[in-house]
Amino acid sequence: MAKLTIADLKKIKEKQHATFALREGGNRAKVTVHMGTCGIAAGARNIMSALMEEIEQSKIEDVITTTSGCAGFCAREPMVTVEILNQPPVKYGDLTQDKIREIFKEHVIGGKPIEKYALVVGSETTY
Amino acid sequence: MEKYRANLLLCAGTGCVATGTPRVRETLKAELEKQGLADEIKIVLTGCNGFCAEGPVMLVYPDEIFYQKLTVEEIPKLVEEHFLKGRPYEKLMFKDAEKKTAIPLMNDIPFFKHQILRVLRNKGMIDPDSLEEYIARDGYLATAKALTEMTTEDIIKVIKDSGLRGRGGAGFPTGLKWKFASKSVADQKYMLCNGDEGDPGAFMDRSVMEADPHSVIEGMIIGAKAIGASKGVIYVRAEYPLAVKRLQLAIDKCLEAGLLGENILDSGFDFNLEIYLGAGAFVCGEETALMRSIEGQRGMPRPRPPFPAHKGLWDKPSVLNNVETLAQIAPIIMEGAEWYRTLGTEKSAGTKVFALTGDIKNVGLVEVPMGIPLRRIIYDIGGGINKKNKKFKAVQLGGPSGGCIPEELLDIPVTYEDINKTGAIVGSGGMVVMDEDTCMVSTAKFFLEFTAEESCGKCTPCRVGTRVMLDMLIDICKGQGKKGDIETLLDLSKDIIATSLCGLGQTAPNPILTTIKYFQNEYESHINDHWCKAGICSNLCSFHINEENCKGCGKCLRGCPSNAIVGEKKKPHRVIQEQCVQCRSCYDACPFGAIEIKPTLKKPAEPVTQDEGVTK
Ligand SMILES: Cc1cc2nc3c(=O)[nH]c(=O)nc-3n(C[C@H](O)[C@H](O)[C@H](O)COP(=O)(O)O)c2cc1C
Ligand code: FES
Repeated sequence: MAKLTIADLKKIKEKQHATFALREGGNRAKVTVHMGTCGIAAGARNIMSALMEEIEQSKIEDVITTTSGCAGFCAREPMVTVEILNQPPVKYGDLTQDKIREIFKEHVIGGKPIEKYALVVGSETTY
Repeated sequence: MEKYRANLLLCAGTGCVATGTPRVRETLKAELEKQGLADEIKIVLTGCNGFCAEGPVMLVYPDEIFYQKLTVEEIPKLVEEHFLKGRPYEKLMFKDAEKKTAIPLMNDIPFFKHQILRVLRNKGMIDPDSLEEYIARDGYLATAKALTEMTTEDIIKVIKDSGLRGRGGAGFPTGLKWKFASKSVADQKYMLCNGDEGDPGAFMDRSVMEADPHSVIEGMIIGAKAIGASKGVIYVRAEYPLAVKRLQLAIDKCLEAGLLGENILDSGFDFNLEIYLGAGAFVCGEETALMRSIEGQRGMPRPRPPFPAHKGLWDKPSVLNNVETLAQIAPIIMEGAEWYRTLGTEKSAGTKVFALTGDIKNVGLVEVPMGIPLRRIIYDIGGGINKKNKKFKAVQLGGPSGGCIPEELLDIPVTYEDINKTGAIVGSGGMVVMDEDTCMVSTAKFFLEFTAEESCGKCTPCRVGTRVMLDMLIDICKGQGKKGDIETLLDLSKDIIATSLCGLGQTAPNPILTTIKYFQNEYESHINDHWCKAGICSNLCSFHINEENCKGCGKCLRGCPSNAIVGEKKKPHRVIQEQCVQCRSCYDACPFGAIEIKPTLKKPAEPVTQDEGVTK
C-alpha cells in the first residue's frame, strides 16, 4: 500500500461502504428471492445471480438481497419480494433473468413497481 | 469490486479458536462452494465477540442472526437452510433459559441487549487483519484530526474534559497524566501501552488487542502527539500469541500506509512503534516494573517520585496507558468530551469492559456504562447463578488487588468511588461471581497464594507479609486456626498496605479485608467451631444425609469414590463417617438437597501434620 493521505482515508471508507451498509443496517431496499425447493427447481438461483450482477454494475449500496423459503405460491415461481422503505412490499412471480433486471431498474432503483409482473402488493413486511 | 449479499462474521478470538473455529471455517467454506454460494456470501474472521462461553459463535449480516456452539456436523444443514433457502436455522440459535425458545437476533439476546459498545465498537464487526475495514469504520480519521487540526493543548483538553480515567486499575485521569508528561522537557519521550493483563481470569485487554488492534495503535499515536513522544512500545505478555500476531500485522500495515513512521499523513509528525514481549509476571504490569522490564532489567518496581511523567523508560518522560484506555481515545477526539460524558457518572465517565466469569450463566465480555448497578450486570446480562436452586453469595471485583462484595451491596452503582467504598476496586475489570457453595476463607487464600507467589521480593512487608498471612489462612482452612487470628490478619493487613513499595503489596490484603468485613462469621466458624459451612475445607466438615429429604435414589451412593454411603433403593441412605473422605461428591450429586454439612467429627485439638499420618 502506498503512503496514505487524509483524502485516501476518505476514499477507502467510501469504497468499503457497501460492505458496511450490509453490516450496519439502515438499507433503503431489500429484495428477497424465494428459494424453497420449488423456487430452486424453477430457476431461483439464476434470478439471484442476475440480481447480484445488476447490483454490482449499478454500484448501488443501499440495497440488500436475501433468500427465504417458499412463498406458498409454487406454481408462480421463481418469485421475489421487493421491499422499499416506507412502501408496501411487492411480490413478483414467473420471473426470468430479463424480468428481474427490469424490476431492479424500474422498481428497486426507480421506485416504481412494475404492475404487469406483480402478483400482490402489501403482504407483511419483513423489516 | 466484489459484491456479496451476506457476510458471515465468524469469531476467531482465542476462546472460539479453542472451541473449533478453524474446523468450522473449513467446513463452512466447503459447503458454501458446494452450494454455489461462495461468490454471494463472504466469510469474515473477527476478533472476540464477547460471548465466549457459547463459542464458536457467528453473526450473519444483513439478517443480524446470531449462531452459537457451531459444530462441523451442523454446518451443511445450516448452509442449506439459511444461506441457500433463507430459513434461519433454529437449532444453532441461542435459547432462552426459561422458555427454551430460540432467540434469532443478536440484539434481542439479553447478554447483548444491555451492553453499550464504545471500547468494543468494532468487536465482531471487522476483520482485525484488515486496515481497510478499520478505516471504513472511521478509523484513523481521529489521527488525521489530531495531527493536522489540533494542538497538543487541544488534545489534552478534550481528553481531560471527557473525564476518561485509566482502565488499568487505578483510575487515574488520562488527560492529567498526558498533561504532566507534555510539560516535561526532554530530547526523547515515550508513549507506552500496558497489555500485560496479569489479573487471573481477566481477558478484556486481550480481546481488544485481538479484535481491534488498530484502535490501540490509534490511541497511541494521538497520545504520542499530545505528550510529544516519537517512540512507543506496546508491552504484551508472550502468553497472548494471537494478540501479538495481530498487533504486529497491524503495525506493519500502518508502516506501509504511512500511518506510523515518518511524517504521518503528511502532518510532519513522526512516531515509531514496537512490541515488547513480557514473560508474564504479574508485577511487570506495574508501571515502573514494566519500564525496567523493557530496559532488559529484572521487573521490579521502584519508588515514586520520580513519576514516569518525569523519569520513565530509559529515565525519559513517559506515559503508560492501559489497552482499554487507549482504545477509547479516537472516538473522544472525533465526537468530543460532551459525547463521552453522555454515559457514566460525573466522576466515572463512559463505559467499562468487564470479564464476567464464575458461577454465572452467561460467561463473557461485557461493556456497560459506568454507574450501572452491579445487580444488573450479574442478573440482566449475566443471567444470574448458573446452577439451579443455588443462591448468590458474593462477587469478586478487581482480581488479587480487589475484594468480595456481598449480596446486600449489589445495588451499588459500578463507579470507582462506590466500589472503593466497599473495600473492593473496579480494577481492570475482572468480575468473578460466586454462589453459596463458596468458602470465603478459601477464596481469600486463593488470591493470597497468587500475590505471595508473584511478589517480586524487593520489599519485606510484601515478600514476607503476604507469606505470613497466607500461612495463617492455610492453617485456618486446615483446622489449626487460633483465637486472635482474625485480629492478627487485620493488623498485618494494615501494616502491609502502609509500608509496601508498590501497588502489589498495597492491595494484596484487600481480598482478606473484604472477606473478613462481610463474612467474618465464616472465619469464626472455621476457627471456633471447626466448621466450613460450604464444605470446601475437608478438615472442617462432615457430610450427613437428612432422612426426611432422602428419597433413596442412589445417586450419592453411585458417585461416592470410597464406598462410604449405604442404603437400599427408595429408602433413606446413610454416610459411614469412618470411611468418608469429605470429597463432597454426594453433596453435588443429590438432586433433593438431602446432604447436610456439619462440623468436622475429627478431633480438633490434634495438629494436622500428625493427624494426616493417622487417617491415611
Ligand atoms: C501489581 C500491579 C499489576 C498491574 N498490572 C497491570 C496490568 O496488567 N495492566 C494494566 O493496564 N495495568 C496494570 N497495573 C496498573 C499500572 O501500573 C498502570 O497504572 C496502568 O497501566 C496505567 O494505565 P491507565 O492510566 O491507562 O490505567 C498494575 C499495577 C500493579 C501495582
Ligand atoms: S472468542 Fe469468540 S466470543 Fe470470545
